Amino acid sequence: MATVDDLKFQEFDDAANLLAANPDATTISIDEPAEVSKKQRGRLQETGREEDDELLGTDDSDKTELLAGQKKSAPFWTFEYYQTFFDVDTYQVLDRIKGSVFPVPGKNFVRLYIRSNPDLYGPFWICATLVFTIAVSGNLSNFFIHLGKPTYHYVPEFRKVSIAATTIYAYAWLVPLALWGFLMWRNSKVMNIVSYSFLEIVCVYGYSLFVYIPTAILWIIPQKVVRWVLMVFSLCLSGSVLVMTFWPAVRDDNRRIALATVAAIVLLHALLAVGCLAYFFDAPELDYPAPIIPAHNGTTVTTKS
Amino acid sequence: FPGLADVSISGDIPVEGEITVPVGSNSPDEDYSTLDEPVKDTIMRDLKAVGKKFVHVMYPKKSSALLRDWDLWGPLVLCVSLALMLQGGAADSKDDGGPQFAEVFVIIWFGAVVITLNSKLLGGTISFFQSLCVLGYCVLPLTVAMLVCRLVLLAGSGTISFIIRLIVVVAMFGWSTLASTAFLADSQPPNRKALVVYPIFLFYFVISWMILTFTPQ
Repeated sequence: MATVDDLKFQEFDDAANLLAANPDATTISIDEPAEVSKKQRGRLQETGREEDDELLGTDDSDKTELLAGQKKSAPFWTFEYYQTFFDVDTYQVLDRIKGSVFPVPGKNFVRLYIRSNPDLYGPFWICATLVFTIAVSGNLSNFFIHLGKPTYHYVPEFRKVSIAATTIYAYAWLVPLALWGFLMWRNSKVMNIVSYSFLEIVCVYGYSLFVYIPTAILWIIPQKVVRWVLMVFSLCLSGSVLVMTFWPAVRDDNRRIALATVAAIVLLHALLAVGCLAYFFDAPELDYPAPIIPAHNGTTVTTKS
Repeated sequence: FPGLADVSISGDIPVEGEITVPVGSNSPDEDYSTLDEPVKDTIMRDLKAVGKKFVHVMYPKKSSALLRDWDLWGPLVLCVSLALMLQGGAADSKDDGGPQFAEVFVIIWFGAVVITLNSKLLGGTISFFQSLCVLGYCVLPLTVAMLVCRLVLLAGSGTISFIIRLIVVVAMFGWSTLASTAFLADSQPPNRKALVVYPIFLFYFVISWMILTFTPQ
């Protein structure tokens, strides 16, 4: 029979005191603070603002170091090994593309965006898009340039797709290989503070080619001045991404070798752009032909202004 | 455990019983034996399966028939007919004409394989051949567009025919991309959907470009 004292409302002591009084009681602990902080970190990642990126960079740099050590532990003949190179979400790919188009002076693309998680998705599909964009834009621009001529018969020029594919994929994979080999060789002679893995170099080159995609589309405009202005502009943008990435890696070296390396990077990049412009896009006429009226039986009537 | 305290097991109890493993049917007229049916039945069954999948592509509902019973006959037929229709009689010309038969074939099959590998590497749960099946069957609207384009080109090749062809190809390109996305989207991880859909878009764009720029000699 319960006494009146038992029926009174009990003040619950602190959990620690209760446990000290009765050590055999079952206890339940709820893990709230850890879940809340995980959600906050997820939200921070989704906003993708630069200062948040900086915060995340210093915050979980230890974690990324550990993860980088653990990540590629699957043997190279399993599928899981290659899945580690595609471990990116949509917003990460978009952020990296944004970082290649708007290079911030002084910030390193690799450190800021790639951050020990190089992916092969970006380089592969940006190169594929660039191949087809150049082929299609070149074809379209030639069509518009030669539209008025009576001897012109439109051909889709499909051969050029395979030439474009060979060129661009060779540039995006062989040049990083050569550069990586060169940097490794210099690393053995001069201790550099900054060194990149092969995949990070492929990543930088792949994402730096992105700015050529809208440039190739705009190259349809058949004005020589416009084309050259576009080329210089896009070369500056993507070249600056490359230079800002690789200058810290060679700056501790002999001055001449460092300058020669950076100059070679920029020169190869310019060569690719100039070569694509020259091969895939015919030179526009000096005087832009006035509008013509094509008749249905194949003859054309041109009016010259 | 007090209830089992008085159970005793002696050392040599013989175990007897019967185990029957169904090896196969010995009688010739079981339901699932297809060895003795007429050849017409066999062919019609496969043709009906392919036809049913064509209908599923043209009216993409969320049915899993395309995924469950995948086959590659339909994609092969579509690919071969598309590649044949893209031969404009440019076989003898020395111009840099349209794509050769082998080029179309390689683009479609190699492109489908690369997209499937891409979606599996990004963490998709669909199997390799199911994805090939879906991508191949969704070429059907573009094959229809190619047929329409050839018919329109028979009538003439001026500006009006070009506009008609452009509208038809753009519409069919949209249909193909939407159909394949409807079938494949559920098997992708949620925050990588755009990464998987974009190569599919590029693939059908390239095929549409080949169809639109087709010019007969």
